[in-house]
Amino acid sequence: MSTIDIETARRVAKLARIRVPDQNLPQLAEQLSGILTFMEQLNEVDVDGIEPMTSVTPMRLKRRQDTVTDGDIQARILSNAPDAREGFFAVPKVVE
Amino acid sequence: MSLNTLTIAEARDRLRAREVTSVELTQACLTAIDGAGALNAFVHKTPEIALERAAAADARIARGDAPAMCGIPVGIKDLFCTEGVPSQAASNILKGFKPEYESTVSAQLRDAGAVMLGKLNMDEFAMGSSNESSCYGNAVNPWRRGNDDTPLTPGGSSGGSAAAVAADLCLGATGTDTGGSIRQPAAFTGTVGIKPTYGRCSRWGIVAFASSLDQAGPMTKTVRDAAIMLGAMAGHDARDSTSADIPVPDFEAALTGDIRGKTIGIPSEYRMDGMPAEIEKLWTDGTAMLKDAGATIVDISLPHTKYALPAYYVIAPAEASSNLARYDGVRYGHRAKLGPGDGITEMYEKTRAEGFGPEVQRRVMVGTYVLSAGFYDAYYNRARRVRALIKRDFDLAFAAGVDAILTPATPSSAFGLGEMADADPVAMYLNDVFTVTVNLAGLPGIAVPTGLDSKGLPLGLQLIGRPWGEADLLNTAQVLENAAGFVSKPQKWW
Repeated sequence: MSTIDIETARRVAKLARIRVPDQNLPQLAEQLSGILTFMEQLNEVDVDGIEPMTSVTPMRLKRRQDTVTDGDIQARILSNAPDAREGFFAVPKVVE
Repeated sequence: MSLNTLTIAEARDRLRAREVTSVELTQACLTAIDGAGALNAFVHKTPEIALERAAAADARIARGDAPAMCGIPVGIKDLFCTEGVPSQAASNILKGFKPEYESTVSAQLRDAGAVMLGKLNMDEFAMGSSNESSCYGNAVNPWRRGNDDTPLTPGGSSGGSAAAVAADLCLGATGTDTGGSIRQPAAFTGTVGIKPTYGRCSRWGIVAFASSLDQAGPMTKTVRDAAIMLGAMAGHDARDSTSADIPVPDFEAALTGDIRGKTIGIPSEYRMDGMPAEIEKLWTDGTAMLKDAGATIVDISLPHTKYALPAYYVIAPAEASSNLARYDGVRYGHRAKLGPGDGITEMYEKTRAEGFGPEVQRRVMVGTYVLSAGFYDAYYNRARRVRALIKRDFDLAFAAGVDAILTPATPSSAFGLGEMADADPVAMYLNDVFTVTVNLAGLPGIAVPTGLDSKGLPLGLQLIGRPWGEADLLNTAQVLENAAGFVSKPQKWW
């Protein structure tokens, strides 16, 4: 039985960059605990010597020349941006 | 008979015989769509595009070299990017997004002459089994429990596609399937849905959920239609490195109706505790039908079946949390209004909180957790090992001579909208219990309607095939379809 406490829920939300209001954290923690408990059935399985699957179909990914195949479409790339200026995506000022 | 009730095969033959035009077919569908607002299946209608493509299709048919899908009106799931047409994966975070490009699958359909009628409702980012997580509100199943007017789910995530095909709003529709999202809604609506082998259809331009599991496939009224439509959707694409560079067979030509000598496996692990007697009977009847058609029935064991759902609910959210990181309010879609002093982190957090619905938020956070330092091995790597064992179960069955595996498609018929609202999220996940193994193993699977339950709702069986064996699988599915003789249609109430 896995339990996610409120602090862990807060940390996961932060890592996922999703703002969760404080009053919603207890319910989130409870739901995450339920889901993780469900996943813990996997601990019953003997996985000794089994490699984690990386590709469901044995295939070697194709390679191609490392060359530019597309470009000069700046306006199209920016056409859906919530804020674009002077050919760039615009974001709030980042001050470090 | 209204033209929108034709199958793809019937429409193709009548188009080629010049008995109908694509414009007439398209207009019949557009009229049906306008009269079916209560189903909330089409969420973005594209009548101008449809009529323009229909006219072009008629000209092409007149020239005499039109492919099978030429002039056929279809619906496209909202998960597919369609150039200049809203494509928002049923999420508020992609509100207003109009792609500058067309997904490979929808482009292949377009280039084959198919007519896009509009975009179809779905669960947000394809995460759900009831269509209730959609930002457009849920689609509604055209089927009802007899005279009871309780609205039922069309299933999910491809619920709009299933409802539209079942209600004859289009002749076929595209769906996508990550854990059962084509097969479960097909079973809930008395339609046919096939998830092809992973890599058969290009994923390029389809909004990504879990990239190692996602596959597109057709949702249609008959197995023959699925064969025809899949042929147009499938094929190698250099822009999806996981799409297979192997020839696409003529799936329709494979429908010989002869399955004598084929071996059908019945996996004992799919006989779940508490399985409704009606599902049990459906499965037994389906087994008998294939036996009567000359197949050999063998009992098989897929011992890791019970671990498929928990493995899936580690792997799919892990991949989703990575894929959905791109929705940050910078390049497309929604950006939250910022307060004074808010910086870029606040922009990300507020944008994602406003844009993602509760189920998507939950899965992104689960994925974030299982991938985080200290838990990666315990959850994610363990799930990928279990996935390897699940695939090995199937490999061994096929190596022992099994050609296809017959199982129920869903643990129940369509349930009422809202009925699962207070349930634990895990209870909803159980809908995928029979379908999710197929995605984990990358295999083709098809849902075929074979009966009605005591409430008058459709039930489906699933056939699982060998990798790249869609042609053979479709042939077996058609034998089952013919033997079951499922011809029921929902009574029109909308």
